[in-house]
Amino acid sequence: MPTTSLLAKKIRQNALQMVHGAKASHIGSALSIADILAVLYGEIIRYDARNPRRADRDRFILSKGHACTAVYAVLAELEFFHKDNLKTYGDDFSPLMSHISSQVAGVEFSTGALGHGLPFGVGKALAAQIRGESWRTFVLLSDGEMDEGSNWEALMFAAHHRLTNLTAIIDYNKLQSLDSIANTMGLEPLVDKLFAFGCNAIEVDGHDHDVLKLALSNIDSARPTVIVAHTTKGKGISFMEGKVEWHYKNPNDEQLAAALAELEIVNA
Amino acid sequence: MRNAFIDELVELAELNENIVLVVGDLGFSVIEPFAKRFPKRFFNAGVAEQNMMGLSAGLASEGFHVFVYSIANFPTFRCAEQIRNDVDYHNLSVTVVAVGGGLAYGNLGYSHHAVQDYALIRTMPNMLIAAPGDPMEVRACMRYLVKNPQPSYLRLGKAGEPCIHTTVPDVIPGQWLLVRQAAADAKTFLTTGATLELADKVLKGNASLQDWSLRSMPLWSMRTKVAQVSQLESFSNVRTVEDHLIDGGFGSWLLEAALAKPELLTRVKINALDPKVCGMVGKQSTLNAEGGLSEANLCV
Repeated sequence: MPTTSLLAKKIRQNALQMVHGAKASHIGSALSIADILAVLYGEIIRYDARNPRRADRDRFILSKGHACTAVYAVLAELEFFHKDNLKTYGDDFSPLMSHISSQVAGVEFSTGALGHGLPFGVGKALAAQIRGESWRTFVLLSDGEMDEGSNWEALMFAAHHRLTNLTAIIDYNKLQSLDSIANTMGLEPLVDKLFAFGCNAIEVDGHDHDVLKLALSNIDSARPTVIVAHTTKGKGISFMEGKVEWHYKNPNDEQLAAALAELEIVNA
Repeated sequence: MRNAFIDELVELAELNENIVLVVGDLGFSVIEPFAKRFPKRFFNAGVAEQNMMGLSAGLASEGFHVFVYSIANFPTFRCAEQIRNDVDYHNLSVTVVAVGGGLAYGNLGYSHHAVQDYALIRTMPNMLIAAPGDPMEVRACMRYLVKNPQPSYLRLGKAGEPCIHTTVPDVIPGQWLLVRQAAADAKTFLTTGATLELADKVLKGNASLQDWSLRSMPLWSMRTKVAQVSQLESFSNVRTVEDHLIDGGFGSWLLEAALAKPELLTRVKINALDPKVCGMVGKQSTLNAEGGLSEANLCV
């Protein structure tokens, strides 16, 4: 198992190569969650790459399905499937489609329309509660996605039913599709809202692995947990950071080379 | 139909511990027998249909067969994308149950009129529509669905519908179910949903229709369209009856199926609701008649 720091770099590297190869969008959204995924898969989630449907695995759902390259990358690094498959990303008929697909080994649920992952995750957490099983459910959401009423419906249900086995992570990079969150439809005071909805809310730096590990290990005794992860869209690539256009643009050859150089991966 | 539904669900849940009932804060004096018998498998999701359908899909992904119960358009149109993306796309064992199909809640106004539900559901490739015609067909559909868990939509009337069948029939998706056979059996009424009662009454009461048989179609879907041509070929005349708009409805579905052999198209005549009932309020029988489902219209 690589360190979470190396894993995060590999996620960024693979995601950049995938969007470059497929001339696809959403690299900013994928870079934003690379550290969260590295810590989740490197330190927290119980998984079995040889048996992805193993009954006692933890369930991870990417609700911001457009950031799928980061998840495909981490699953390939952990050998759920061969890394060569990443090259088919975005090809005709490839299971690695440009919104996350459950046809890919290790992916629980296909998303793409926002506001679907958390209600689905609530159902999974409820299933574990009904059966008295100890596995956890993690749902990673975008911040813009919190505009969707379905997420707030889901939080109310999760709190009411004391789904302590449910952890939602909000990738709070403050940018949505056209503009900043603040200029689109403000979410603040987000943490207060989450507490008011009956959740345990934890605010963290979404790029600090130690803090993420601590927060993700936390299970409240009575409430579902929501981690508000402050992040930077495009994190790790200087010319992409905080720029709304990298929600859509894909890097050309020079930009890809410059981006990969910034990652400073020392290949073993 | 509501009562047959809940009786059957309780019976089936005794034998199958994966059956769960989720309701959208509706079902007073209907769902209590299940809720009392299986409190750990009963959830009121509140007035929040998107989450209701999404979490039901999540439960189904862990092996539960989830019945999601609400009224009219609330468990369909209100959460249509959750049915499309979460349930149908992932091919999960969720049965969406709508009580008040057609104009059963006529007096409650257009919000409660389910006259476009077939149109929505039948465009989803994995969904099976279960539109039983009487309480016996309700039980038959429930048994089929529990034996064959899949994305499905159970459309119920309300309460008090008479039994047309004397026993619980065997039902097969896409297969016309014989209710009463005329001697020659060249002409047949083919109903879906609660209009079986109306067709039965009209056929019994009109000597001019004595050479017409009566068939019902409780289970149908996009996938079973291919099975229609061979059945249509056996009849010179088929008259469909449904309490749904003609647009996107059952008769239109049959015509689409008949396009595979266009000479069959003229054998089909559709009795469906005229869109002029949209926005009208009144008793079910009044609105059905206003919309064209009258005895007189079924005789011509």
